[in-house]
Amino acid sequence: MTGPSRTSEVLEITTTAGVVQARQQVRVLAQQCRLSLVDQTKLITAASELARNTLVHGGGGTMTALLVEERARRGVRLSFADHGPGIADVDLALTDGWTSGTGMGLGLSGSKRLVDDFVLDTTPGEGTTVTITKWGR
Amino acid sequence: MTERVPILRIRQVLLVSIQTDLDDQDVLLLQDDLAQAVVDSGAHGVVIDITAVEIVDSFVGRMLATIASLSRLLDAQTVLVGMRPAVAITLVELGLSLGGVRTALTLDKGLRMLEDDRVERGSEGTAPDAVAHA
Repeated sequence: MTGPSRTSEVLEITTTAGVVQARQQVRVLAQQCRLSLVDQTKLITAASELARNTLVHGGGGTMTALLVEERARRGVRLSFADHGPGIADVDLALTDGWTSGTGMGLGLSGSKRLVDDFVLDTTPGEGTTVTITKWGR
Repeated sequence: MTERVPILRIRQVLLVSIQTDLDDQDVLLLQDDLAQAVVDSGAHGVVIDITAVEIVDSFVGRMLATIASLSRLLDAQTVLVGMRPAVAITLVELGLSLGGVRTALTLDKGLRMLEDDRVERGSEGTAPDAVAHA
């Protein structure tokens, strides 16, 4: 496990404006971490998908963002947490095109492809936490 | 805060240039405004400029696909212009190919594409076209 090397920032995501704020906060961190333009774009896009999931499916929650260092490489780690209904079938939820609601069913599966590490922790009835990391090259 | 994206009209084409980071409500508002504007103006084309857009996620991607199909139903063609390379790479990896949306690299090329379309449609038979637009 990597120890957080910086103080983390916690952002409340309770409105669609919160999703915009999440994107902006991640952009700043991605630039600080000197991710390439393509990697910045991928990370911000993944953050946007997950922040929206937190809002729409989780009924609101938080994004915790921090820069991490591990074996001489730096990265951005984002954790999206909600106390919503949780995900009953994780494999199904990670399938392309599967959607529980109004989206295109690419939020979870798509954002997983856009980052280096993806950890999904969910308990039905208690909530969901998705943690992603994008490493600099 | 609600942010309304301006819809400009140049002859028979509606032009929308997205310049700010829109929230989901603003995106839906733009979709509705544009559909109404196509009907009100009788425009034959819609150009959406995303030169300034840093990310297109699945929500915005769906809006773009929806605008393309609904404008087609309203007798207008949509062209998406100015997509950044990093945005294109990300969209493909995300799994959104935007198959039904036509694209051009620049605004100039997009406008020319719509113009060519129009000429082609006109030459296919002047009479039925004239009736349809009467």
